[in-house]
Amino acid sequence: MIEQTLLQQIITVALCVAGTMATRFLPFALFPQGKPTPAYVKYLGRVLPLAIFGMLVVYCLRHVSLVTGWHGLPEAISLLVVVGIHVWKRQMLLSIAGGTICYMLLVQLVFV
Amino acid sequence: MRQKQAIWKALQAAFPYTVPIFAGFWFLGLTYGIYMNASGFSFWYPSLMSLTIFGGSLEFLAVQMLINPFAPLQTLLVSLMIQSRHLFYGIAMLDRFRYTGWKKPYLIFGMCDESFSINYAATIPPEVDRGWFMLWVTALNQLYWVSGATLGGILGSLVCFNTKGLDFVMTAMFVVIFLEQWLKEKDRTSAYIGVGASVLCLALFGPDQFMIPTMASILLLLTLLRKPLERRETA
Repeated sequence: MIEQTLLQQIITVALCVAGTMATRFLPFALFPQGKPTPAYVKYLGRVLPLAIFGMLVVYCLRHVSLVTGWHGLPEAISLLVVVGIHVWKRQMLLSIAGGTICYMLLVQLVFV
Repeated sequence: MRQKQAIWKALQAAFPYTVPIFAGFWFLGLTYGIYMNASGFSFWYPSLMSLTIFGGSLEFLAVQMLINPFAPLQTLLVSLMIQSRHLFYGIAMLDRFRYTGWKKPYLIFGMCDESFSINYAATIPPEVDRGWFMLWVTALNQLYWVSGATLGGILGSLVCFNTKGLDFVMTAMFVVIFLEQWLKEKDRTSAYIGVGASVLCLALFGPDQFMIPTMASILLLLTLLRKPLERRETA
């Protein structure tokens, strides 16, 4: 693996800041007073989040191989635990903590 | 004197709203700091990144961006896509942030999911200054997040337990957010598009190249499906 130089790291973080700030400031720049929002933008605002979070879940799991190793079993079990706890309790932190602890135990003790 | 009282009053009104965020941000912030530490970064990284980016999910992804080979275009595009939801927070806050004067740039800078949610939804008592209330909410939340991340980065080197698998916290966080949106929405077409396009592009382009084609196809599909989806919304 090629490690990034300090300058490259600074640029990477700066681009994250720039991307974030662009999305936070842009609406205020585009709609300075109570101008109506274009219908297409409103539509994207409603439908985009669900697709993005689905994409992010896949992004997090992109290195999991279904054909080698444990065939994604520890990930699948932990995902079920996250979903199970969340449907049961609906408490974000509990679900995240439960799933993470489950995964850590699995990869450290069971699927070693 | 009256000004001081108004600031103090706004703090008293704002603080209770931020208590749950304190718990959440310390847990996630500490985890983030420890995760960065476990990935080989000094505590300066989580500290400065939590201060400047101040957007939880992207900061977790940024760890990957720093570990993987330098890819500036993808970094910017991923940041814009992940954070694109802020565009709509901004649209929702256009009226609420008006007439906040010098506080406005900071309110926009610090508008993470949680600060937005509180500032959007909180019932601010009429005798409390709106601008100061929202400023306190934003500043307190950022304080929790930065202190948690810094502490995690410092303590990470002292953590004796085996941190293998800790990065699953990021996956779990997105699964929970996805699930929340999923349970809230009646029409889940967009979720199928997001997951379907990602899985397909992952299979086609491999783990290092699939994000940009995925994002492009999501935008394209949602644009093509606008009419039927909007018809179903109103139905």
